[in-house]
Amino acid sequence: MAALQGFDSLTSGDTVVAQNIAFGILAVVMIVAALRMVTTLNVVHAALYLVIVLAGAAGIFILLGAEFVGVTQVLVYIGAIVVLFLFGIMLTRGALGEDEEANIEKRRMAVLVGVLVLVVTGGAVLDSFGDAAVNRAAPSLTAEIGDSIFSQYIVPFEAVSVLLLAALIGAIVIARKD
Amino acid sequence: MLLNQFLLLAAALFAIGVYGVLARRNGVLVLMSIELILNAVNINLVAFSAVRATVGGEVFALFIIAVAAAEVGVGLAMVLLLYRNRRSIDLTEIDQLRG
Repeated sequence: MAALQGFDSLTSGDTVVAQNIAFGILAVVMIVAALRMVTTLNVVHAALYLVIVLAGAAGIFILLGAEFVGVTQVLVYIGAIVVLFLFGIMLTRGALGEDEEANIEKRRMAVLVGVLVLVVTGGAVLDSFGDAAVNRAAPSLTAEIGDSIFSQYIVPFEAVSVLLLAALIGAIVIARKD
Repeated sequence: MLLNQFLLLAAALFAIGVYGVLARRNGVLVLMSIELILNAVNINLVAFSAVRATVGGEVFALFIIAVAAAEVGVGLAMVLLLYRNRRSIDLTEIDQLRG
């Protein structure tokens, strides 16, 4: 019985408290970094804030027991996409002197839309999922994900493969000098 | 952990991403804000997957990561082409189609 209780430790009281603290820290860091990302004037700093948000999301995935998605997030997003962004910033550097006075009106409307989106989705979420709890007893198995990709989800998987090939060719055709 | 806390975090990130897309003029920053939105969706999918104790949501999160990579590749190629042709990546200046 003692051994069985050991297996059940992911849903015991202490672990839940620790999970909630970890979630709180990650959530605050992610939201602050996201706000800094969309408001900072320096584009390189924005890319670095994006790294913080993406790493926080990887932490959230691991907190939810989705290890494979968390690791893929780090590999693909932080390893590849952010590097792509940094190259894009480097190649277009100095192209835009931010003229912030000119678009205060535009910003005000954007804040309004953002707050509306938050209120509507937040209200709908609170209304629909009152006290549903995440009580995952064990992390999901990577083998299980692989099995379902190559059986149940094989058609979307092939579609994504073709999409990646199309995007590869498309990016080369668009960006090459001729 | 409640499901709500994850969904609300995702909603906040989504709203911040929408603000970024609408308010910023730099093409690269708009693409970064779109990444923020896609990440919010991924958090939702993984949270629902954890509640239902299936892997379906995680598989779709992986698909979204792949689609996001494709989108950034093509999007940055378009921004580079824009820069080469107009020496500017200010999206408010792209108005040739205006009647």
